[in-house]
Amino acid sequence: MHIETPHFNDNARDALKDAQLQKALAGLPGGLVAQRAAARDKLPEFEALRDVGRDLRNETLELLDVYLETYERNATAAGAKVHWAQTAEEARRIIVELCKAEGARLVTKGKSMISEEIGLNDALQDAGMEVLETDLGEYILQIRGETPSHIIAPAIHLTQDQVEADFRRSHTDLPADRALVEPGDLVGEARRVLRQKFLSADVGITGANFLIAETGSSVIVTNEGNGDLTQSLARVHIVITSIDKVLATREDLATLLRLLARSATGQECTTYATLSTGPRRAGDVDGPGAYHVVLLDNGRAELLGTQFREVLRCIRCGACMNHCPVYGAVGGHTYGWVYPGPIGAVLTPALIGIGQGAKLPNASTFCGRCESVCPMRIPLPKLMRHWREAEFEAGQPPFHQRAALAAWAWLAKRPRTYHVAMRFAAATLGALGRRRGRFRWLPLTGGWTRHRDLAAPQGRTFQQLWAEHQRGVPR
Amino acid sequence: MSDTARSAILSRIRASLKVAADDPDRATLAAQRIAGHPQNLVPARASAAGTDLVALFRSYLEGQQATVSAVASHSDVPAAIGNLLNATGATGVVRRGSDPLLGDMPWAEAKDLVVREGAAEPDDVAGVSYALAGVAETGTLVVGAGKDNPVTLAFLPGIHIIIVARDTIVGTYEEALARVRKIYGASGMPRTLNYISGPSRTADIGGKIVIGAHGPRTLGVIIVG
Repeated sequence: MHIETPHFNDNARDALKDAQLQKALAGLPGGLVAQRAAARDKLPEFEALRDVGRDLRNETLELLDVYLETYERNATAAGAKVHWAQTAEEARRIIVELCKAEGARLVTKGKSMISEEIGLNDALQDAGMEVLETDLGEYILQIRGETPSHIIAPAIHLTQDQVEADFRRSHTDLPADRALVEPGDLVGEARRVLRQKFLSADVGITGANFLIAETGSSVIVTNEGNGDLTQSLARVHIVITSIDKVLATREDLATLLRLLARSATGQECTTYATLSTGPRRAGDVDGPGAYHVVLLDNGRAELLGTQFREVLRCIRCGACMNHCPVYGAVGGHTYGWVYPGPIGAVLTPALIGIGQGAKLPNASTFCGRCESVCPMRIPLPKLMRHWREAEFEAGQPPFHQRAALAAWAWLAKRPRTYHVAMRFAAATLGALGRRRGRFRWLPLTGGWTRHRDLAAPQGRTFQQLWAEHQRGVPR
Repeated sequence: MSDTARSAILSRIRASLKVAADDPDRATLAAQRIAGHPQNLVPARASAAGTDLVALFRSYLEGQQATVSAVASHSDVPAAIGNLLNATGATGVVRRGSDPLLGDMPWAEAKDLVVREGAAEPDDVAGVSYALAGVAETGTLVVGAGKDNPVTLAFLPGIHIIIVARDTIVGTYEEALARVRKIYGASGMPRTLNYISGPSRTADIGGKIVIGAHGPRTLGVIIVG
């Protein structure tokens, strides 16, 4: 996928002016955010389960190589073919080769963020195949030539009116005067259009939410049923997933399922969770004749040895972006690559490099809401801060930022000078701003005052007020 | 190529973890966890003594827009399916798998019902599966799909009907997994193990929930016993 991440600031500016986008994003607080809160309140053990989930993911990562080998052994015993890919390019090549060997013309796809990460659709199309996304949101995006703006609600940036216009433009063989009033009309139309494709697909590709070492199974967690149709009706099922998805046991899956849907959509559970183990067996009357699993590394093994290891606990629920004030203001496309929101701000620099990804960990207020809702308790603000340090050490920030930080550091290391300077600044600004109580402009604060006024200090520093409080001076 | 990639990835993981290949202690740790498959924290909602599991199971399923009914015995199932189809106004072939539990039922007694065995066909009106367990904590049916209960029956027809025996309705996922192990062996699995908790749905258009996305528009659950 094309990397637009360095243009975050310009993208954000455009996104804030995009009326359709703002209308679509306005639904987040009353939608996914409120639904998660309601689901959490209905399960008294929810917070304790988050601790358990965090610990079991940590334990699994600690033995990742062993669990991957166990997974591979058990999957192979059930008839799966397991492939390993170090890079996006290797993964694309493996899948294109598998499809070619099958003589595939039509490939259907369930929703998979890993397939976005490796740019799979383009590779298959370049090899002459028709590729069809079957998740409704992904299907809409494919018609529009867009990428997902959210990891579980890919078309969350679109309004119903936009989808109606897309369907009218794209489904030209249907009567132009047909009614598409309710969301159900649009869903019904997509259902009818895609049905034929499910039935005639040669290869079905899905992602995997999890892999289970104990049984060699891959797991998809869905609501629409498209993933199951994709993997059950095609002659060949290919799973594209990454090495961090492996769990030890089905019991561990049960724990994570209790967290995943509640965190993501506020459902008690999704409509479907499917554990697939191998291809069609003797006597079976349906199911794929061959079942392949492609395990992608793409930098994750190396990440395991860094201060960013905790991000590998992520189960891709999307709660961090639903609750992020920055995501809620600018939407997912602004982030410019596959993974938006706080998880994207940590994962993207790891996958595409801090050189191109540096804008994202800086696009945070560090309000901490992401960490407070993450079912895996990933300390996202801390990890973003690590990226800011890495960026600084790589010498990336421009001269004026480095100079300002150096000046501040010099001052902060000298408390007495610092307090004198702060007292002077607070008193001066307090006096200057007394009449209006705020500034429209001040030297060196353009980044702030271009968009809003700066509140004037009241004349004394916190340290002064505290000292007075300690002495019992009435306020 | 794949072998090179495999060993490169595994050695990169071991380098990151600062561990040696083939460390017997680590292998043992993983093997023990799998062999023991300890259950983690389990919510009290469906594991507390005295819980009416069937009522809880029903209420969650109905909250998830499934249609739930109960009959006394297997011989009542075909008529119950007939009623369900009448209520939706749908007619056509009802497809079922070769599960012996379904084979025992008096299909011929249900007038107007055309029942065939096999995988789902595109024009089938309904698919019928027999669940191996029901999970009360979230109103979830557990279906072991394979030759007895072809997986396509659960996703292709517009109506999916799942039969579940009352005495297989358990509180938690962990209890259902115990049944899976009993049927398929310690680490055995059906080709697909399907957790199903309602008719298919989507919220991809304007965030509003629409029932009946690509899978069934109706999920009928019949509790037997």
